[in-house]
Amino acid sequence: MSNMFRRLTIFIPYIWLLVLFLLPFLIVFRISVSILEYGSPPYVPQFEFESWAGFIDKLGMLNLDNYRFLASDALYRNAYISSVIIAFFSTMFTLAIGFPLAYGMARASTSLRPILLMLVILPFWTSFLIRVYAWIGILKPEGLLNQLLLWLGVISEPLTILNTNAAVYIGIVYSYLPFMVLPIYSTLEKLDYSLIEAAQDLGCTPLGAFWKVTIRLALPGILAGCLLVFIPAVGEFVIPDLLGGSQTLMIGKVLWTEFFNNGDWTISSALAMVLLIVLVVPIVLFQNAQAKATEAGK
Amino acid sequence: MKSLGNVRRSFAPWIDPKSVPYIRFENVTKKFGDFTAVDNLSLDIFEREFFSLLGPSGCGKTTLLRMLAGFENPTEGDIFLDGQSLKGVAPHNRPVNMMFQSYALFPHMSVEQNIAFGLKQAKMNKSEISDRVQQMLKLVKLEKFAKRKPHQLSGGQRQRVALARSVAKRPKLLLLDEPLGALDKKLREETQFELMDLQQELGLTFVIVTHDQDEAMTMSDRIAVMDAGVVKQIGTPAEVYEAPDSRYVADFIGSVNIFEGEVKQNADGLVKLDSPDGFSEIQAVEDHKFETGQKLFLAIRPEKMNLTRERPTDANAASGEVWEIAYMGDVTNYIVKLDGGKMVRASTINRKRAVENPIGYDEVIWVSFEPDGGTLLDR
Repeated sequence: MSNMFRRLTIFIPYIWLLVLFLLPFLIVFRISVSILEYGSPPYVPQFEFESWAGFIDKLGMLNLDNYRFLASDALYRNAYISSVIIAFFSTMFTLAIGFPLAYGMARASTSLRPILLMLVILPFWTSFLIRVYAWIGILKPEGLLNQLLLWLGVISEPLTILNTNAAVYIGIVYSYLPFMVLPIYSTLEKLDYSLIEAAQDLGCTPLGAFWKVTIRLALPGILAGCLLVFIPAVGEFVIPDLLGGSQTLMIGKVLWTEFFNNGDWTISSALAMVLLIVLVVPIVLFQNAQAKATEAGK
Repeated sequence: MKSLGNVRRSFAPWIDPKSVPYIRFENVTKKFGDFTAVDNLSLDIFEREFFSLLGPSGCGKTTLLRMLAGFENPTEGDIFLDGQSLKGVAPHNRPVNMMFQSYALFPHMSVEQNIAFGLKQAKMNKSEISDRVQQMLKLVKLEKFAKRKPHQLSGGQRQRVALARSVAKRPKLLLLDEPLGALDKKLREETQFELMDLQQELGLTFVIVTHDQDEAMTMSDRIAVMDAGVVKQIGTPAEVYEAPDSRYVADFIGSVNIFEGEVKQNADGLVKLDSPDGFSEIQAVEDHKFETGQKLFLAIRPEKMNLTRERPTDANAASGEVWEIAYMGDVTNYIVKLDGGKMVRASTINRKRAVENPIGYDEVIWVSFEPDGGTLLDR
């Protein structure tokens, strides 16, 4: 009885993955190799079982034309490249802001740390969509930022930030900062300060000790943070849609257009499949980093 | 010739007025906010000395060590190393290495890499580094564990790695912060002797912080007993044990009985104390000059007390009831409640395996001691 129960509990995560990940994945894959057809749903073949021969005929209709189309049109390739570039630089900016933030938090007094941690998590209490919307009010030509800069006399003409790539960067860095700060903070918080003293005692300059000990030991956290920002940023749709301009080319936006504006389920499914493949590399890296972090934490 | 304690030493630069101290703390004060960790402290340590800073936690001993390493700076006063002021010298520029209480081994580096870390910083060439690392591994008997990471080692092995790493650069001065604190008793005792051998072999000066008096007694040339940021007494282990100069030191090192009394008479180098503690009168050898009527304390160690069934001929004797007996194997400790109500400790060495008619619980016996058995203290 207990043995069966144990087996059941082991199966629950597998059932979860099967129903919520593998099944949808297979459906998307199946649509991506189908043919666009005006109707509902807007693709053929539909597998209503009539006869074995018909079934095999329909199976033969599945093909990789959608993928060939993606490869032939530079728009899609550029969208992927542009997404990866935007995600990469956003990740670097987030790291540049997030690391000092996490370091400051980890070095703060133990009584202050929970408050600082709370402040980092606090934005999650407001809807992501609303927070991104709020940036429109800040960044638009007559928005808060421009008003402030004009009042300070830094600029004489309002800056055009909204609907540019700069606004997308600001939006991504702002939205994903906690995902960078939290894993770095958790590695830095565990760091034994006497290690840094030991490095200095053995002849390291303070900067050398920071590089060889602090950064080195925070590396699993840095890597985890970077991937937690990079992976969702590549497929980001809301931020480029709301803050970006017409020249902002990101795969999430292209996918949306294909699906909702053009009603082309097959191409958008193929886009999603390729996006997944593009992201598999960093995901595998992430897994490795996690395994290493667990190893080092022993 | 009589000497203090059952020990003879040949190394004693501190009694030679011509010898120049290697480390000198000059009126050093260290404050953390309102808290004074070290209070106007002056202290000399000599080259090749094994010097212990002993005291309860919070007495300022670790702060003293950290000031030598450069992790803290004195609020007032100055520290000299080999005649040079250490003011403004950063930790990485000091010819001093430290072994940390937590060992502070780099978790991402193997044993080998940990030991080589300091050597790499010193820009030694590769073959020299690997020679030195091999030498250090041999010294601490960890040749087989060179490739292991710290988390794959036992506590005792980690302690050895930390030691090897801290002596790898051949510092002239090694600072040890509770180096044996995390080891179990048996390992600790073995390691004590290994540390002493190492210090002899490499000719280093050791300054060690400990709260364990046995450790300090075993290893040190001299001990500084500290309390609340000040040094109470500096002396050889025998001096602080047999001739403490305050009740604090007497009580902190080993166990002690303290009797209180007023000087009734002092003549011929003998002080007679009027004692209310069950002894009608206490006679003690006078090693300082005391005034008649002065209030004094006599500190006497349990092993200097005799226990007899018959009234002894010793000058100082009192009768009492056996209250507690603790058989420790090598010694037996007794607590006797004197007729005056005071509890005194006495101990006997168990030189024979079998004893005829040993002293038992609730027995009425005599406690006595010789006039030169204890030390008279005025504070």
